[in-house]
Amino acid sequence: MKFKKLMSMALVGVMTLATVAGCTSGQSSNKDTFKIGGIGPLTGPAAIYGTNVMNAAQIAVDEINAAGGINGYQIEFKAQDDTHDAEKAINAYNSLKDWGMQVLLGTVTTTPCVAVAEKTAEDGMFQITPSASSTDVIVNDNTFQVCFTDPNQGTASAQYIGMNEIATKVAIIYNSSDVYSSGIEATFEKEAANQGFEIVSIEAFTDDTATDFSTQLQKAQSAGADLVFLPIYYTPASIILKQANDIGYAPVFFGVDGMDGILTMDNFDTSLAEGVILLTPFAADADDEKTQKFVAEYQKRYGEIPNQFAADAYDGIYAIKEAMEKTGCTPDMSVKEIGEKIIPIMTQIKVDGITGEMTWNANGEVSKTPKAVIIKNGAYVAY
Amino acid sequence: MKNFFTNMKKSTKNHLITYAGIIVAYAIMQILCGTGVASNLIKGLLVPICVYSIVAIGLNLCVGILGELSLGHAGFMCIGAFTGALATKLLYDYIPSKILMFLIALVIGTFFAALFGFLIGIPVLRLKGDYLAIVTLAFGQIIINIINVLYIGKDEAGLHFAFSNPNAINMNEETGVWLINGAKGITKIPSISNFTIGVILLIVSLFIVYHLVDSRTGRAIMAIRDNRIAAESVGINITKYKMLAFTISAAIAGAGGVLYSHNLSTLTATTNNFGYNMSIMILVYVVLGGMGSFRGSIIATVILYMLPELLRGLSDYRMLFYAIILIGLMLFNWSPKAIVWRQKVLSLLPFGKKGEKGKVE
Amino acid sequence: MDFITHLINGISLGSVYAIIALGYTMVYGIAKMLNFAHGDVIMVGSYIIFLLMSNVGVPAIPAVIISIIVCTTLGIVIEKIAYKPLRRATSLAVLITAIGVSYFLQNSSLLLFGSDPKVFSSVVNLPSIKLANGMINISSTTIVTVVVCILIMIALTLFIKKTKAGQAMLAVSEDKDAASLMGINANATISLTFAIGSGLAAIAGALFCSAYPSLSPYTGAMPGIKAFTAAVFGGIGSIPGALLGGILLGVIEILGRAYISSQLSDAIVFAVLIIVLLVRPTGILGKKLHEKV
Repeated sequence: MKFKKLMSMALVGVMTLATVAGCTSGQSSNKDTFKIGGIGPLTGPAAIYGTNVMNAAQIAVDEINAAGGINGYQIEFKAQDDTHDAEKAINAYNSLKDWGMQVLLGTVTTTPCVAVAEKTAEDGMFQITPSASSTDVIVNDNTFQVCFTDPNQGTASAQYIGMNEIATKVAIIYNSSDVYSSGIEATFEKEAANQGFEIVSIEAFTDDTATDFSTQLQKAQSAGADLVFLPIYYTPASIILKQANDIGYAPVFFGVDGMDGILTMDNFDTSLAEGVILLTPFAADADDEKTQKFVAEYQKRYGEIPNQFAADAYDGIYAIKEAMEKTGCTPDMSVKEIGEKIIPIMTQIKVDGITGEMTWNANGEVSKTPKAVIIKNGAYVAY
Repeated sequence: MKNFFTNMKKSTKNHLITYAGIIVAYAIMQILCGTGVASNLIKGLLVPICVYSIVAIGLNLCVGILGELSLGHAGFMCIGAFTGALATKLLYDYIPSKILMFLIALVIGTFFAALFGFLIGIPVLRLKGDYLAIVTLAFGQIIINIINVLYIGKDEAGLHFAFSNPNAINMNEETGVWLINGAKGITKIPSISNFTIGVILLIVSLFIVYHLVDSRTGRAIMAIRDNRIAAESVGINITKYKMLAFTISAAIAGAGGVLYSHNLSTLTATTNNFGYNMSIMILVYVVLGGMGSFRGSIIATVILYMLPELLRGLSDYRMLFYAIILIGLMLFNWSPKAIVWRQKVLSLLPFGKKGEKGKVE
Repeated sequence: MDFITHLINGISLGSVYAIIALGYTMVYGIAKMLNFAHGDVIMVGSYIIFLLMSNVGVPAIPAVIISIIVCTTLGIVIEKIAYKPLRRATSLAVLITAIGVSYFLQNSSLLLFGSDPKVFSSVVNLPSIKLANGMINISSTTIVTVVVCILIMIALTLFIKKTKAGQAMLAVSEDKDAASLMGINANATISLTFAIGSGLAAIAGALFCSAYPSLSPYTGAMPGIKAFTAAVFGGIGSIPGALLGGILLGVIEILGRAYISSQLSDAIVFAVLIIVLLVRPTGILGKKLHEKV
């Protein structure tokens, strides 16, 4: 068959192209800009998180460049797509290495991040993830988080509900196929045993069944739950709120940082979210100057209101800046040199970002205070 | 030497070309990597290409040779990957050699994939056509769904299992380690696979399928594909041969899975990496490479796997271009007008033999 | 009481699956291809309704009608460009092309509409019905979906039984070559089927997104697969089969989630599917396959 010959020719073509492309891109690093790479899902169902991160990182980078850069050097930022898949994340990482990346902001989601963290540890590269919240991400010394860890959020939520006596009977609806959600759920359940409330129903859904929640809500209602804990992202949460409203079920809904973003969803009826409590480090409508400036810029550029992922990414870039400035890094330093300099300094720096004042411990875990907010008249109000 | 070649059976010659092609490609890549010419991206793509080539060969055995459409081969890959990685996690500290460790994982992973292939094959192969396709798809989804709620931990008291609730595992919290942690899957898998192992595995898989197809068994299997009733009437045991081909096909996919899981340090089961999305992806490689042509499967895998990676420069438009190229390739390959055009163009090229007719199945 | 509520939820989910499966099964019956892009046509249709209703302010009914027109056109265009040249190729080649079309629709929507999920305003704005002193609550979307689903099924059946074009479809689905010899324009008939299937996708999109109001470029993928399952469940190619398969699938999914495990609801659905197919290898209402030597 002739077609095979064509295919073989195409193969040879692709291979040559690939190696040639490799030659040219790897060596061409000019020595007067810092190169920061970003990895996250830019296509596929998780694209919303990756896009927010990359957009916000670009804003932070542009701001820093406009203000004179880091130690007088400009920064370049390049984002690569991992489609929320570990293998593709490694490909993205390798491609960024070819570009000359010196520091990594990423990856956005947990599973790819665990895989990439292994590679950055080998290369001695400094890595800070805006939003991969599992503790598995930070097992290596070179990896830091901007977001809270999952166990941290689960425990904090349970304690918060217990201490403030918000409810006595609690139902949980979580995504069992999602690392973030199942991680928070497990620790919440564990901590709940020490608190003065009772868990009456635990129901799950998966990424493939994240459309219909009528059953889970029905069971929570029948069990008499007066609070439903939702350790999930805001997209399924918005459907849950609507479906609960449809069946006339009105418990207190309690969310975590993934819930942030619900109020600014295109066309969302904010009255459905009335009374929702969430623990979040970031509120897009906060009235401090920095947040407002960031949100305005984001809206101007991308026509959307940034969510918590974006805020974490913005702060992540500033954390990199702070650490590099403290140690006097220059762009001609190798990946390893930069890593060796800024990894130890991370535990000493303090970044006052839009998600709060942040410090890091040696594990790579961030310490910042989550704010409990309640949604009133379509806006966050301190609880 | 010339005699040797001309006297050789056409199929044997064909196979040798494939082997030689792989070895030459391997040698070139090794030289490029060794001299530092190959980019990090290309180096990183080598093992995945081997993985998907192996799985594509396995699927081609099922779709091209046996003639049954399976949309669940990623599920077998998943079983191979998880059982293989689990074996490595359990035994890594006790086995001194990495190669030996990989071999053990490979045997275990392949065995379990074959076992599941066999068990699933018993009911499934009674069905036909698209019904068989949907049932294999269903099995793939069930496997993912179950792995996502499976918790296995290990401490000094031995193994602990829990289903659906990680807090129910009863494991010593201080000393215990998670082997499979629900949706988080397996983490910290030692990366003991590499390009050389991948290529060896690819060649072994090719050897197995070529040997099978050329044998009496292979002819029986193809007879079933071409005409089941006629095959039955000449005394071919339909069930036996179908089961055999399906099980081997699953085993090869499982071997690919073992290679996959030892290339990344983390392993989770999602629709994208082991669900119908992946099964369909591999089916695309098989169909585009030519059904029943193992060499074609490998070539199509290399091209189609590398394509989106090489399109990274297009950033947002990357996957859109991939889709357009995919549709274009299919039309180019199958549409009658394109075939006529292709023949015209090819006959002008120096190596094209005039008068050869494009074959369309 | 809980059981009845779960059952109603199941029928509600199932009727959405059924309406998608109707489009799937029609195309399969006539063109003998699995149109994996069907779910994505649903997504496109929903985006059109969303944009018209939220950004332009068009009322629900005209928005749905415009969406039907656009999707029908889209269906015809896709068929013309991507599937028609492959009429004589193996069904697998067309399957792969359909996957390519599916990727194309998803990724072009991602570029056009962005990755942020939109909240779809329901096209059905009627009060819900309360029974047994408010213990049972049936939303208006559910009722409309079930009614529309049955109406479409009746209309399709009548269309196929009573009209010339419908009879042509039947003939083409039985034997394309023989139908051509009898003077039926097989190509035109297949194109018509795609047009109708895509129009149904627009309706399905409107109802699906009204019931589950979140819209992203990947919204269509999973319902597409579920509807394919439903169509096979009921016997692919059979119109009443798609309805029955869809509703059963929905009911099993919800009851499985309610009484067995909410984590494993997909596994349960697929396990039941496998068992049914083992007992009835061509689905519940499927025709027996004839084997020719």
